[in-house]
Amino acid sequence: MQTDTKILAHEFEYLTPNTLNEALDMLDRYQDKNAKILAGGTDLLVKMKTINLKPDYIINIKNIQEINFITYNDDGLKIGAVTSLSQVEKSKEVKAKYSALYEAIKSMAAIAVRNMGTIAGNLCNASPAADTAPPLIAYGAEVKLANKRGERAVPVEEFLTGPGKTVISSNELLTQLNIPVLDENTGSSFLKIGRVKADIAKINIAVYLERKNNVCKSCKIVFGSVAKTPIRVKGAEDILRGQQLTSDVLTKVAEKASEEIKPITDIRSTAEYRHEIAKVMVEKAVNLAWERAGD
Amino acid sequence: MKKAEIEFTVNGKKRTLFVKTNELLINVLRNDLNLTGTKYACGIGECGACTVLLEGRPVLSCLTLAVDVNGKNITTIEGISKDGFDPVQKSFLKNAAVQCGFCTPGMILMAKSLLKENPNPTEDEIRDYLRGNICRCTGYTQIIKAVKECANNHNQDK
Repeated sequence: MQTDTKILAHEFEYLTPNTLNEALDMLDRYQDKNAKILAGGTDLLVKMKTINLKPDYIINIKNIQEINFITYNDDGLKIGAVTSLSQVEKSKEVKAKYSALYEAIKSMAAIAVRNMGTIAGNLCNASPAADTAPPLIAYGAEVKLANKRGERAVPVEEFLTGPGKTVISSNELLTQLNIPVLDENTGSSFLKIGRVKADIAKINIAVYLERKNNVCKSCKIVFGSVAKTPIRVKGAEDILRGQQLTSDVLTKVAEKASEEIKPITDIRSTAEYRHEIAKVMVEKAVNLAWERAGD
Repeated sequence: MKKAEIEFTVNGKKRTLFVKTNELLINVLRNDLNLTGTKYACGIGECGACTVLLEGRPVLSCLTLAVDVNGKNITTIEGISKDGFDPVQKSFLKNAAVQCGFCTPGMILMAKSLLKENPNPTEDEIRDYLRGNICRCTGYTQIIKAVKECANNHNQDK
């Protein structure tokens, strides 16, 4: 593959909507014309440089202030589409309440990339290894997709459909993320294995559970980088639900989770390693979430 | 050829330029404005050599379209000190934290940004903040020492 990462050789029409309506108008007009959304650019520009992605139109949504926010209230945590990963990481509520999301963002790339990149972009890029996806799925978060005619809400779990694939239509824009308020006695955790700290995940995991009277009342265990999309290991969740956290239960949960994932061997790791390390990660992540849930 | 007019501030100076829509910020800085302190290395956001400050925060100029900085404020390594060397630069010199020098502009801008956010970082915090900047001379020990010493001096001055 011949690549030149010093320049962007491909030419395109550059559009900068200042309002959401303008952006949706543009998406409607250019939906059949190979238009791409630019938010952070840390995936889009890399793909344009290295894998021959050649959009005819680039719609830069960074100037749309309506979708640059992060708020927390009784309704939960809401994050706008152009809010940078750094802004999310610096939110007091995210750090205090949404541990798995906080840890996932902290694990991503490096400061300069997080100053540019967005959660919305991480989701729309739809990498099976996307670090923000497992925590968002574990929390039951949903994305808001808007087009000129209206909007719809889609759970993150259903939003991602395959490597680079989502349910978003070419005239739609992901405008915001909604993460529900987390109940009392809940805890979450995120773990990731990479070669170095700034790496893309060989495998990552998020756990969110509710602990009551020393029993796991409900839980979600989500793995990334082990299938075409981040996946929940529902069989393992079933084993944990209703149980006290004993080492016996934990071993069964880990064995089941390792059976349920469908990893492949690729440049980052082997299927065999991913199956093995998954067990260790489930045990660690569940323990951590359990401790955080308190009682 | 698709061109656009952009007006932005570089190191405190207003600049108006016509740029191609697919021109990258790094190349405008280096080729049009002759600010060659900003370095090109990997071009895909892995190494941090092209780091500049956008509205005071580090970003990668190799992954930023020049048209995207219209109306914004950029600081490059050339602009971090009005007279002489910045304290971070002095500390890098004193601690021999510069070998071939290619990663240095990015390292110094990251260090400046770190010390602004966190005037008293631990070694772990320094390593974590600089983790996106690669030094192929592997002079990390001296770089971290330089940042740490600068933080200490800064705190003593207060």
